[in-house]
Amino acid sequence: MEGPVPIEAQIRTETGAESGLRGPGCSLRHFACEQNLLSRPDGSASFLQGDTSVLAGVYGPAEVKVSREIFNKATLDVVLRPKIGLPGVAEKSRERLIRNTCEAVVLGALHPRTSITVVLQVVGNAGSLLACCLNAACMALVDAGVPMRALFCGVTCALDSDGSLVLDPTAKQEKEARAVLTFALDSVEQKLLMATTKGLYSDAELQQCLAAAQAASQHVFRFYRESVQRRYSKS
Amino acid sequence: MVPAMAEAAAIAAESLAGGRARAARTVLDQVVLPGEELLLPEQEDAEGPGGAGERPLRLNPGARSRVRVVCGPGLRRCGDRLLVTKCGRLRHKEAGCGGGVYWVDSQQKRYVPVKGDHVIGIVTAKSGDIFKVDVGGSEPASLSYLAFEGATKRNRPNVQVGDLIYGQFVVANKDMEPEMVCIDSCGRANGMGVIGQDGLLFKVTLGLIRK
Repeated sequence: MEGPVPIEAQIRTETGAESGLRGPGCSLRHFACEQNLLSRPDGSASFLQGDTSVLAGVYGPAEVKVSREIFNKATLDVVLRPKIGLPGVAEKSRERLIRNTCEAVVLGALHPRTSITVVLQVVGNAGSLLACCLNAACMALVDAGVPMRALFCGVTCALDSDGSLVLDPTAKQEKEARAVLTFALDSVEQKLLMATTKGLYSDAELQQCLAAAQAASQHVFRFYRESVQRRYSKS
Repeated sequence: MVPAMAEAAAIAAESLAGGRARAARTVLDQVVLPGEELLLPEQEDAEGPGGAGERPLRLNPGARSRVRVVCGPGLRRCGDRLLVTKCGRLRHKEAGCGGGVYWVDSQQKRYVPVKGDHVIGIVTAKSGDIFKVDVGGSEPASLSYLAFEGATKRNRPNVQVGDLIYGQFVVANKDMEPEMVCIDSCGRANGMGVIGQDGLLFKVTLGLIRK
């Protein structure tokens, strides 16, 4: 069958929220996604956001050890490997966040007593790493044919000291920000699946960031749709 | 009580996110993504058996009767709609009675056992009266030694670990371990059984096999 199908999509978007606290020119970085690029996993995807790049592989539904099996649904495992060094506490925490998001979306009840493993490798980290990991995991799950009730995407917002909001921040913007918020949203009604935040922000700012992330997620889902359509149009 | 399918189709034509329900027949042969909901076509009210102008008395006069539609791989029923669970192209096939079958054609590498499928497996273990056969799914399938043509308790088939077996599934669902046999319903082998020593085994994609 066909080999990997590279898909480039330049999406620069004005996210268009109308609040006065927002700075001008909020936009997401250049996206790119490639599916089915690894031969051994059942599904694989590579997702790039600017210079942040994550490679994801999905194995499943596969055999599971009897001690770890769940009688009525699939056991979902996420492994995240950093670019350099051994995985540490930060990776464990991100793995848990990604796993909770995937469990909310994957229909595990269709494959009880099996295991679905998502392996993520950070290839480049230039900010918004968790959002990029979520996007890569979603594309890899879709590529593997794991049944899901919706798609999901990750969007990161950074709030800097004068209150302006930047979506999809770079590493430098994240470091200088007063707060960094990452949201995972689902594709059906842009509902919130997971939120993790670091820093100081007010309640109103949280709502604004969430609204901006929901608007930005529409672009990410449109990109998913285009990349999948391109993949199926070649077969 | 108005399903308003035309309205739904018009709304959905503008929405790219795919969160709104669309009529299934407007999406045929297009790529669908998980999370999309599809509306089923509805049946016209049939004329009653009493003759022209008479309608059968219904207990629930407001509800329209729906065509019986079979939900194939990649689709789940939720309420009276179909929820797409896999990425792929939506296909439809007319059946003799009822509305036909809808399914999603998706490219997938992992095989999930389905009852009635003919498969080639590799024997991985022999334990007592059954063989464990690796068929590429999440669990090895079990094959009883009596499920061969002409096998009796005294006349055991000559099957060793590592042999290739061609058989079909009799039990394959998500809750139980898959079971396969090498005879058909009449008790004849029909080409199934142990495959000889010569030859090569290739792994091909599921799409090629389904064609």
